[in-house]
Amino acid sequence: MSMNIKRRVFLKGSLAAGTVGVAVGAGLLTPQAVVAAWNEKAFKAESVDDALAAAMGEASNTASDAIKIKAPDIAENGAVVPVSVSTDMADVESIALLAEGNNTPLVATFMLGEGAVADVSTRIKMGKTSDVIAVVKSGGKLHSARKSVKVTIGGCGG
Amino acid sequence: MAKSIKIRAKIKGDTTTVKCLMTHPMETGLRKDSKTGQLIPAHFINEVTAESGGKTVMSAEWSGGISKNPYLSFAFAGGAKGDDVTITWKDNQGATDSATAKIS
Repeated sequence: MSMNIKRRVFLKGSLAAGTVGVAVGAGLLTPQAVVAAWNEKAFKAESVDDALAAAMGEASNTASDAIKIKAPDIAENGAVVPVSVSTDMADVESIALLAEGNNTPLVATFMLGEGAVADVSTRIKMGKTSDVIAVVKSGGKLHSARKSVKVTIGGCGG
Repeated sequence: MAKSIKIRAKIKGDTTTVKCLMTHPMETGLRKDSKTGQLIPAHFINEVTAESGGKTVMSAEWSGGISKNPYLSFAFAGGAKGDDVTITWKDNQGATDSATAKIS
């Protein structure tokens, strides 16, 4: 009997330790220092407005022709969609890139330092056909542009 | 995690264009392992910093929505031939790496 109890205790203990280990591995218990700077709220937001409010301080923005988004009309592979954002606006502080159809729309934010030119390119994942939205913060105001990208996963590229 | 970043920095006029490729799985945490059916833990780069001439020229925050083996390009004014450009990334599991290239 006593043997059995000990065995229970031992199992419980190792199980608990295992759970903590898994949680750390999954990034659930990442050390505070690592996540401190990362805007978790913005990246976990499930709507464009919520994400913008958390990332850029406000959600209201005005559409602008001065922002250029370069992205394919049809993306054959939603896992790799090349996107470029550039603008001629002065005093650009930051650029946010969102894929409207993704579960968590905010993909990336770029903070431009001294002398940086507002022209960034990267490759993003898109879950389905939707708009790619670029939001530029310039002079304390938000300006946005969008471009529709059709995603044909496993399609023939037509 | 050595050599996970490739950088190319070129100056044209007074604008330096930096292109870089990083090697990283960029797991969103939503994908399942096809064999075991278990979720693959999130593992993605969430911070990227670029420095040149002692100044941070660009910093970025990413989510798992950036493609695997991320590509990044950006530009800045005020670089000079032979200057160093250093790119550093950190991922959500605490790993980090950095690389330096000279502007050509």
